[in-house]
Parts: sequence; structure tokens; C-alpha cells
Amino acid sequence: MTTHMTQPMIRVSHLSKNFTLHNQGGTVLPVMRGADLTVNPGECVGLIGASGAGKSTLMRMIWGNYLAASGSIMVGDLDVVQAEPRQIIALRRATLGYVSQFLRVVPRVPTLDVVAEPLLVLGTPVIEARARAADLLARLNIPERLWSLSPTTFSGGEQQRVNIARGFAHPYPALLLDEPTASLDAANRAVVLSLIHEAKARGAAILGIFHDEGARAQVCDRFVDVGSFTPKADGAAA
Amino acid sequence: MTLMHPLPVAADSPLLAVRDLTKRYGSRIGCADVSFDLWPGEVLGIVGESGSGKSTLLSCLAGHLRPDEGEVIFATAQGPRDVLQMAEAERRRLARSDWAFVHQNPRDGLRMGVTAGGNVGERLMAVGARHYGDIRARATDWLGRVEIAAERIDDRPSAFSGGMQQRLQIARNLVTGPRLVFMDEPTGGLDVSVQARLLDLLRGLVREMGLSAIIVTHDLAVVRLLADRLMVMKSGRVVEQGLTDQVLDDPQHAYTQLLVSSVLQV
Repeated sequence: MTTHMTQPMIRVSHLSKNFTLHNQGGTVLPVMRGADLTVNPGECVGLIGASGAGKSTLMRMIWGNYLAASGSIMVGDLDVVQAEPRQIIALRRATLGYVSQFLRVVPRVPTLDVVAEPLLVLGTPVIEARARAADLLARLNIPERLWSLSPTTFSGGEQQRVNIARGFAHPYPALLLDEPTASLDAANRAVVLSLIHEAKARGAAILGIFHDEGARAQVCDRFVDVGSFTPKADGAAA
Repeated sequence: MTLMHPLPVAADSPLLAVRDLTKRYGSRIGCADVSFDLWPGEVLGIVGESGSGKSTLLSCLAGHLRPDEGEVIFATAQGPRDVLQMAEAERRRLARSDWAFVHQNPRDGLRMGVTAGGNVGERLMAVGARHYGDIRARATDWLGRVEIAAERIDDRPSAFSGGMQQRLQIARNLVTGPRLVFMDEPTGGLDVSVQARLLDLLRGLVREMGLSAIIVTHDLAVVRLLADRLMVMKSGRVVEQGLTDQVLDDPQHAYTQLLVSSVLQV
């Protein structure tokens, strides 16, 4: 690797976002103006700001399921704003991971396979992928008797831990974490924080939303206030 | 097993390139000006209400209907070719070897008077397999892959449940190692629990075989789990296309916004 540590893994520049509600009279809601941030390899940056300020919106724009109105989002050397769908698909397979607040899976698929899937998609042999999945599930205290069951019937906290295991199965160079420690008990919260520390140590660039201030203080190197990107009533940047 | 490993298509060129495809029924539009590229290993979902033209489009792509205008360029082993310009015999050969079509109703895709093993083996024979033992062994292997017990190999599909019939249809279609699979509402008409099993099966097969697929459905939950990309059709035209979760989570077109907001939450 010849990557310079000063080269950001994620670079958001002049990003803006509107929602147009066609079925409510074509109302245009400007929700973000002039968003700028960088995340370097090995660094965890925390998004802060009041509820509704656009933390999750910004994260979804980087993931590519929300479209930007203007600006750029470089993840590695791909601009997500301009990229073709298939380039974003490839980015998500190998480079960019995302732990959302919701686990969305095919019903009836065993938990072990749900967690192993990101590795299988990359061509990892089944035995190796399942071993990695088992290791993560064990660390996150999901009892082994549940591994052969679908997580759709699990409690909220268990589903969240399965989602985290899935998100950390492949060592993505860039990771988006939306409230990864919400509703976890102290022991599991500590496991998630150590997974984040390990990911940083191997050089992952992490962008996270943490409502839990203790967790935030332990893993984040710096913070970006999304409130500063909220448009004023007249639509100009704050 | 050579059929299971088709020639890899260069990843920098589409498997299927569709340009300005139009089909009219008299003065009425079936589908109009449809253009898209499908890349190797990609699953494309086509959604829209009934009458939106999605089934017409699928039929035109698969060669079941003759479009009035446009191009359907497929990356054959000999290079890109416009399927619509091929002679009928050549197109049929391509449809047998490189393509597969999974019908909504398994009865349309199966031979109901032939055993399960015969349904699968017949497709192998159509592409040249002759050794009975080999054919039966591969049929048994494929029944296993779609979770049909080997002891049911000599039963006729009429003795199977709807979900089993659909899995048998998938085995019959995939046994020859196609590169492109067309599916018309593949989980329609099945119980929800059976749908889930079929979805998991399809995802696994797409991943393991590197299949490309075009799936027509009205079920947004199905495309979210199965499709990489989504096209939304209304009145015969594509109104929006993009990454599946982008189209569903941040729909841009008025019709897509209406479609997404009309889904009942469970």
C-alpha cells in the first residue's frame, strides 16, 4: 500500500440535498446546504447535531440511497454523487460498510448466514465466512442456539447485534455506523466499542452517529456538527 | 459440468443492452422507449402496477413478443448481437442455452405430465446431453439444490405443492447454466413463508452462479431483497430507475413516491 495517511478515505464537499414532495403540492424541502467533511483512514468522526438536523440523511447520501442535489462525496476514488448504480454496488461490496438501525433480511435465513453473507458475496469460502460470522456472534453474546434461526424473531437488541456482526464481518476500509450502541447493555456496548477500536487500528475510516456520549468520547477522534449544514429559512447556507 | 461454467463476459461490458424498445398494440402503447444496460451478475427489478407495461417489456426482451422498434443486444460468446435481428432458429438456440424464463405460474413453465426428473433432464437433452446416468445424476443434484427430496424425482409436478412446483421450474431453468434469467412474478401466488424460502434460494443461486436476472414484480419488498437495481414503469414508460434502495428510500418521480408511500407497513 502506498496510500498516504493524509489522504482522506471519505471526503464530502459542498453537498446539498432537497426533498421534493410531488404528492404534497410539489413542496421542496431544502434539508442540507454546503456540507463538508473528511474522514481519514484510522479515524472515527462523530456526527453531532439536534434530532432532525440531518445526521442520518448525510449518512444515507454517503451510502448512496439518498440522492444529492449538488456537491461531491468521494469514497476512495469514487464520487458517489456521480457514480453509476453498478459502481456503488461494487463500492458497497468491497469498500464501504454500513450498520443502519434496522436489520433487513430475507425471512427464514439463519443468523449465521445473514452475518456471513457480505463475505460470501466477495467470494470467501463458506467455511471461512461462517467461522468469521461465528466469532463475531460469540463476541456479541448471541447464544449459539440462536445461530441457526432467522433473526427476524429476535429481540430488538439481538437484531441490532446481528446487524453489527454483519457490518463488521468484512474489513471494509470505510464504515458508516448509525447508532451502533443504542439500546445495548454495558457488556455488549463495550464489545461494539472494541470492534470500532480494532477497525480503526487496521486503518478503517469510520463515520458514526452516537447519541451515547460516553461511547462517543471513547471512540471519536473529532466531531462534525451537522446543524451547521442546515439551510436557513431562505435556503442559504448557515 | 462444463455447462455450469459459461464463458465469463468481460466485466466492463454489459450482458444485455436495450435501446429504445417500443411495442404497440394497435394505437395503444405496450411499452415505449425503454433503454437500459444489464451487467453481468446484476439483478434488475421492474416494478409497476398491472397494465404498466412491465410484462410486455419482459416478453419483448425474452423473445416471446416481437417489439416494433428498438434493439436488444446480448453479449453472446461470439460478441454482442442484436437478438431481434437473429434468425428464429438462432434465437431459439440462444434462449435454450444462455437464457431462462421463470413463469409466474409454474404450470406455464413445466410439463405437468412428465416426472420431476424428466422436467429437469429434458432441458439438458435439449442442449445435447445424451448419457442417461449423467442426466439423472444432474437432475438429482438440481432437485437437491432447490430443496426437493431425491425420492420425489419420479413424481409428476401435479403431485407437488405450489412452492415445490415453482422450485422445480427454477431447477428446470437453471440446470443448463444460463447467464440471464427472466422472471415474471416468481413469488406471486405463493404463501409468504414459501416466498421467503424461494427468495433465499434465488439469492444463493444468483450469487453462486454469477447469474444476471430481470425480475418483474409488483412486490416492492421482494425487489428490495432481491434486486440490485430498479426500474419503475407507468403507462408503458420507465419513469425512474436507479439503485434499488435509492429508488425506494428517496424516490424522485411523483408516481414512485405514490407507489412507495402506498405500501402497507407490517
